[in-house]
Amino acid sequence: MNISQHFPVFVIIIPLISAVIIPLVGRIRRIYGWYVSIAATFSSLLLSISLLRTVFEKGRISYWLGNWEPPWGIEYVVDYLSGFVLVVISFITFIITLYSMKSVGKEIPEDKITSFYSIYMFFVAGLLGMIITGDIFNLYVFIEISSLAGYALIAVGRKRDALIASYNYLILGTIAATFILLGIGYLYMVTGTLNMADLRERLPLLYDSTVVRTAFAFFSVGLSIKIALFPLHIWLPNAYTHAPSVVGALQAATATKVGIYVMIRIMFTVFKPRFILEVVPVSQMFLYLSAVAIIAGSVLAIGQKDIRRMLAYSSIGQIGYIVFGIALANKLSIIGSLIHILNHALMKGGLFLVVGSIVYKTGITNIDDLKGLGKKMPFSMAAFTIGAFSMVGVPLTVGFVSKWYLALGALQAGKWVFVLVILISSLLSAIYFGRVINNIYFKDDGGGHTTKIDDAPAGMLVPTLTLASCCIIFGIAAFIPVYITRFAAEMLLGG
Amino acid sequence: MQDNIILRTVTRILIPFIQLYGFYVIMHGESGPGGGFQGGVILGASIILYAIVFGIDQGRKIISEKLSDTLNSVGVLIYAGIGLICVLFGGKYLEYNILPLGSAHLASDMGILGIEIGVGITVASVMITIFFETARRER
Repeated sequence: MNISQHFPVFVIIIPLISAVIIPLVGRIRRIYGWYVSIAATFSSLLLSISLLRTVFEKGRISYWLGNWEPPWGIEYVVDYLSGFVLVVISFITFIITLYSMKSVGKEIPEDKITSFYSIYMFFVAGLLGMIITGDIFNLYVFIEISSLAGYALIAVGRKRDALIASYNYLILGTIAATFILLGIGYLYMVTGTLNMADLRERLPLLYDSTVVRTAFAFFSVGLSIKIALFPLHIWLPNAYTHAPSVVGALQAATATKVGIYVMIRIMFTVFKPRFILEVVPVSQMFLYLSAVAIIAGSVLAIGQKDIRRMLAYSSIGQIGYIVFGIALANKLSIIGSLIHILNHALMKGGLFLVVGSIVYKTGITNIDDLKGLGKKMPFSMAAFTIGAFSMVGVPLTVGFVSKWYLALGALQAGKWVFVLVILISSLLSAIYFGRVINNIYFKDDGGGHTTKIDDAPAGMLVPTLTLASCCIIFGIAAFIPVYITRFAAEMLLGG
Repeated sequence: MQDNIILRTVTRILIPFIQLYGFYVIMHGESGPGGGFQGGVILGASIILYAIVFGIDQGRKIISEKLSDTLNSVGVLIYAGIGLICVLFGGKYLEYNILPLGSAHLASDMGILGIEIGVGITVASVMITIFFETARRER
């Protein structure tokens, strides 16, 4: 028996089983919930890496659940794209889980910690499932698992605002999920299949059908809400701001990324690139929407007083970058988008973790109150600075690499105006991150007393610094993600 | 409602039948209308009815918080566990018909029944948990 052939299903099953084991072991001792989460996310990471390696050796992996042959049965698919995103997401969730113990212990009522980790693992299982599934209805089920878990995670936040934020997100997220389900229903109505690969074969004959076009419209709007593309972003800032720090980091670094991955799947593998570029040129619409998102996200971020809210608005801008590359739909821009999924997860994850450390140590979230923290928490602030430089796009950091590829893609498509958009947005992000860094390093807190070094505990510091150093490692060794995503981009555009 | 003799008596008489029907729906799921989810809801409803008529505290004596919390997990574990057992016997995840139970037909019959039971347990206890959580007084 070759156990490695079952890895695609184990990636999902391990977090799912641990989600239900946690309430059992958590009753013995609370800390066990955290141990199980660490073990589960770590094994998902190892399995994902192994799957990605197998894809490079042997090509696309297809796993038939219950050995029912697709298109009848549910198929799990690992290819260059899903393998890459799996590794990114499982890596980030592992790091954030490592970080979580102290922060969760402080921000979440003690009797809720066990159920927190249980829901946390459901969330992770849902995300990984969305990535790996090759069945469009199974995709919807996983979207719902991760979304419902996501609403609950946000609602755990200490203040009452968290409940309102979670409720708003619940309403909008449910509308989005309903739209996606309607899209799936319409496609099933005209094709009679739910398997993505099968849909890809059958749909081109029906591209002129109103039903198929309506289905695509539903997918576009539903997914745009899920990823918080600019005019549909209103749920995001409150959700990120009022959620517990760990959840904010997790949502910012993973949830929207997986949403964008689903968008890529629908646009490029369920439909063919020809559909979004020529038959119904929605790529044009997304191109301009994303350009607006890039600028608007940055402009709105400048006006924020709360650092978490500032990061949330900056996320809206960054989501614009990723959608921008997808909408341009040439090889370089898609490489840019895909590595930006990795890069933004590293930077934003790292930045939110630093904010979590600040909240843990001082309780401050207002940017003006951060004065003097550079001396008090030097390591955390160094991580923040790296993340901020990366967001601006300074060379030798990951932010530069993705912006470079996106700009090259825009030039190749002859759309030089959008290069200007990228430049302006970089300047704007330099302004809002500059304000924070100015407060951290160059202003005294006015107390006049000698500042002692009082940084976050090692359990929080090590994961934060890991993400920060990844920002530099993958900024210099950019060829590694670029090598993987090149295959993915060729796969998406081929045929 | 504890004083209402008619309600109490009718409830006492009805509950066994409701539960029996719940089990029937679970067991019958793979060959007729019904299944783990529907049967689980009926089972859960029987406990909820009891708690409504006899009071929350009395209801919690029948199914303690600990028990319903455990059952939440156990049902899912049965489901996932059957899937993993299929893997151990050399099949794909949830490929019941390779289970060594004589014929492939019987194996897939038993496999889906096990799954339905798992689903039924979780649905019933989640229903009960939701009811008690929303009904309890703010501490």
